[in-house]
Amino acid sequence: MGLFDKFENITASLNVIEQQCCAFFNIIIEEILSATEAVINGRRVILAGTNNYLGLPLRKECKEAACRAIEKEGTGTTGSRMANGTYSSHVALEQDISDFYGRSNTIVFTTGYSANLAMLSTLVGPKDIVLLDADCHASIYDGCRLGGVQVYRFRHNDVDDLEKRLKRLRKQDTNILIVLEGLYSMLGDRAPLREIASVKEEYGAYLLVDEAHSLGVLGNRGRGLSEEAGVEDAVDFIVGTFSKSLGSVGGFCTSNHKELEIIRYASRPYVFTASSSPANIAAAKAALEIIRREPQLRERLWENADALYGRLKEMGFRVGPEPSPIIPVRFEEVARAFSAWNRLLDQGVYVNMVLPPATPDGTALLRCSLSAAHTMEQVEKIAGAFSAVRDFE
Amino acid sequence: MKAEKVVLERIVEILQPFVSGKMEITPGMDIESDLAIDSLKSMEILASLEDVFDISIPLNVLSEVRTVEELAVQIQKLVEAEK
Repeated sequence: MGLFDKFENITASLNVIEQQCCAFFNIIIEEILSATEAVINGRRVILAGTNNYLGLPLRKECKEAACRAIEKEGTGTTGSRMANGTYSSHVALEQDISDFYGRSNTIVFTTGYSANLAMLSTLVGPKDIVLLDADCHASIYDGCRLGGVQVYRFRHNDVDDLEKRLKRLRKQDTNILIVLEGLYSMLGDRAPLREIASVKEEYGAYLLVDEAHSLGVLGNRGRGLSEEAGVEDAVDFIVGTFSKSLGSVGGFCTSNHKELEIIRYASRPYVFTASSSPANIAAAKAALEIIRREPQLRERLWENADALYGRLKEMGFRVGPEPSPIIPVRFEEVARAFSAWNRLLDQGVYVNMVLPPATPDGTALLRCSLSAAHTMEQVEKIAGAFSAVRDFE
Repeated sequence: MKAEKVVLERIVEILQPFVSGKMEITPGMDIESDLAIDSLKSMEILASLEDVFDISIPLNVLSEVRTVEELAVQIQKLVEAEK
């Protein structure tokens, strides 16, 4: 058996996909025209699948901050946070995040993925228990696997199922960490966080919420679902990313547990990778400041999200369970999703296509994500493209 | 030995609705390739197993399980551990 023989099944699936949808895995953004437009396959398209919720990657303040950081500190740190890779800018950003969330301690990681990998592989160990929502992101599963914690799942957003498992697991008399996401990346739905926080308190568990998709999107100050649900005090750890609303690259964990600091010394994904570049740190810092002072961005994002969600629902598409900046359109048959995705691109609209088994319920998804930077005219164009797809079918 | 047989029989009962047609499930069958149980079905099956046997099944335990018989052995261990 050859080294690559184990990939036969993947190769076969890829061949089928490429026959039906040749551009899917090889999509190249040839030119970025604005926060919401790019050139793909030589033509101008509206970007409606980039998780660029607030349109900040091209904001003047963020770009200028990144350029200044490069001029001052160079293009990379060439070292781990634990060695020579902690600059004053990393420390300043950690303080900014702590201030933003009103928490005592924050650690900045190199990516959102490594933030989850670091926290879930280190905070809990083989003698502890993680009880996670079944739809949690792969980075959470991977972190658990790396640290060897005992992992149990509860049904997605099902508080009764969570409580049933807590009842059984508390017999083991050990630490239980409940892990979930603020806004789920596939279906765009929120966790029932108020109810979960109540159950968490009742059973004496800890709670970690990944606010990757909800930072800057939910809550009066953009602090995510924990803020919107009014349960920030019950959430022990908030994990987030810079690569969505903040338009940079990096990740963080913030907490009121002062012992969080010890994670720096015990976590392999923190110690054994290079720290974020000065440009990424500076851009994230500038973007966080914009989130603080421009709540109107969040309002505009939700106007766009509500408008598109309403239009797609009116057209009879199977959309997600609630209005959200992430709007999945479900297709029972993968072939129909391919066809629709191609047609949308032909009409100048780029969305994400997500295929089973990566989807929660086995359907294929065309996943739209809206931005505050979209104009209402663009939202109408996206809706119009979906309408044409429906008419064709 | 008898307890293990009972566990195996119950597992077969639980798996039966998730396999196509009237396929006869035998202990040596591979759960993924022979029974075509995917990750979505496995979530439901795990929940049923937990309810029926009143146990908690960690994902880590299942990563090494391939056949129906191996699943029965692991379930039996968990039942014993939680007694």
